[in-house]
Amino acid sequence: MSFARTFATARRALGQLQHDPRSLGLLLVVPVVLMGLIAWIFPTHDVDRYGPPLLGIFPLLVMFLVTSVATLRERTSGTLERLLTMPLAKADFIFGYAVAFGALAIVQAVLVSGVSFGLYGLKVQGSAVAVGMIAVTDALLGTALGLFVSAFASTEFQAVQFMPVILIPQLLLCGLLLPTDQLPTVLGWLSYAMPMRYAVSATTVVMTSPTVTASYWVDLGIVAAFAVGFLALGAATLRRRTP
Amino acid sequence: MSDVPAAVRVAELRVRRGGRMAVDGVSFELPPGEVVGLLGPSGSGKTTLIRCMVGVQIVEGGSVEILGRPAGSPALRRLIGYLTQAPSVYGDLTVRQNLRYFASVLSAPDGDVDRVIDEVDLRGEADSLVGRLSGGQRSRVSLATALLGTPQLLVLDEPTVGLDPILRRDLWGLFRRLAAAGTSLLVSSHVMEEAAHCDRLLLMREGRVVASETPASLLARTGAPDLEAAFVALIDRGLA
Repeated sequence: MSFARTFATARRALGQLQHDPRSLGLLLVVPVVLMGLIAWIFPTHDVDRYGPPLLGIFPLLVMFLVTSVATLRERTSGTLERLLTMPLAKADFIFGYAVAFGALAIVQAVLVSGVSFGLYGLKVQGSAVAVGMIAVTDALLGTALGLFVSAFASTEFQAVQFMPVILIPQLLLCGLLLPTDQLPTVLGWLSYAMPMRYAVSATTVVMTSPTVTASYWVDLGIVAAFAVGFLALGAATLRRRTP
Repeated sequence: MSDVPAAVRVAELRVRRGGRMAVDGVSFELPPGEVVGLLGPSGSGKTTLIRCMVGVQIVEGGSVEILGRPAGSPALRRLIGYLTQAPSVYGDLTVRQNLRYFASVLSAPDGDVDRVIDEVDLRGEADSLVGRLSGGQRSRVSLATALLGTPQLLVLDEPTVGLDPILRRDLWGLFRRLAAAGTSLLVSSHVMEEAAHCDRLLLMREGRVVASETPASLLARTGAPDLEAAFVALIDRGLA
């Protein structure tokens, strides 16, 4: 692995988005608009219950879609095959994307948190920054998951279909609809294998406690570990030789 | 000759693709510094053979050695320039941004980008988005990428398809100059008239190499008036 090649790959991926202002705009604006809808739908006390967890989940959804389609395009256009005949480590490729989309994720999460707390009047007991950090970690997780699933898709149609497969079950079981301790036993167990559970659990800490507790850091660490794990799996599933 | 490794040495290569043998027991050896034409009808296995040489194809049996090393060795990744059949460059970057990225992956010197832009005659389009270029221009961006760095072997899958005659002539001139400077080239085409530019021909049909010789010897052996007729004669008379 080389820093120069990882960085070059990240810069190239961002350069591509720069020439596609519409995608870039959607990427940054969609979570902000969705949070606005949430603020509009619910009366104040419900906004403060559903708003903070969704603040992390919307960036995750958007980054998942963008990353899985972007890497799939590399596979189908032949650029990935060409790169893998060059002295580019698989990790250079995967982490290059992670750095590029991770940087975007930070901008996106800061923007949506800023607007939600500043303009929409979202309130938590703890600090808004702690919620923003969950949003950034979630967005990074979305990037990692997107990179990983693109290995199992051979068309953009398939890649997009992975969203309901990978993300909707997490959305249902993460504790947002029903606290995880009230889930049927088996589903409760299943939720332990889902990173979104920990993101929501960390958010609950910030919503209910004025200070960040140790369990906040543990939950956030688990989400980050899932992200790093899926990046490593993504690199492992890249094959230089294909049938 | 003995201590210079062959540019390409293929022995008993077999590849199954899509349920059939795309390459079926192929053996040949290419000396360095030549322009070799890989010719044959579409579907004859040219692209699969090329993918074996650059080390991205899963093979069923046999061996491929490039410049004395097994195909796919990490050390070869700087020594082979590879042009895929469909242009594999980023449509949403400019010509220069594309080449700069690939140059940094290859750790090629800064001046390389301008050199290869000149070599494929795209100076006027250097700052245009590749997605807005014509098909022929886009394939030249892809070719320019293969020329970055200092490849000792260029493996070019149909580099001249869809180009006008003037550009085709210029590119063959470039290939000859590269070979004169010591680079080995393997150029695939399904147009037999391009065979005349080559030092050696590798003719493929249905996954097998039916001839590996100079154009002159192919003409002499078949008594055909041109290379197209020679290829047909080879198949018809079972001379292969």
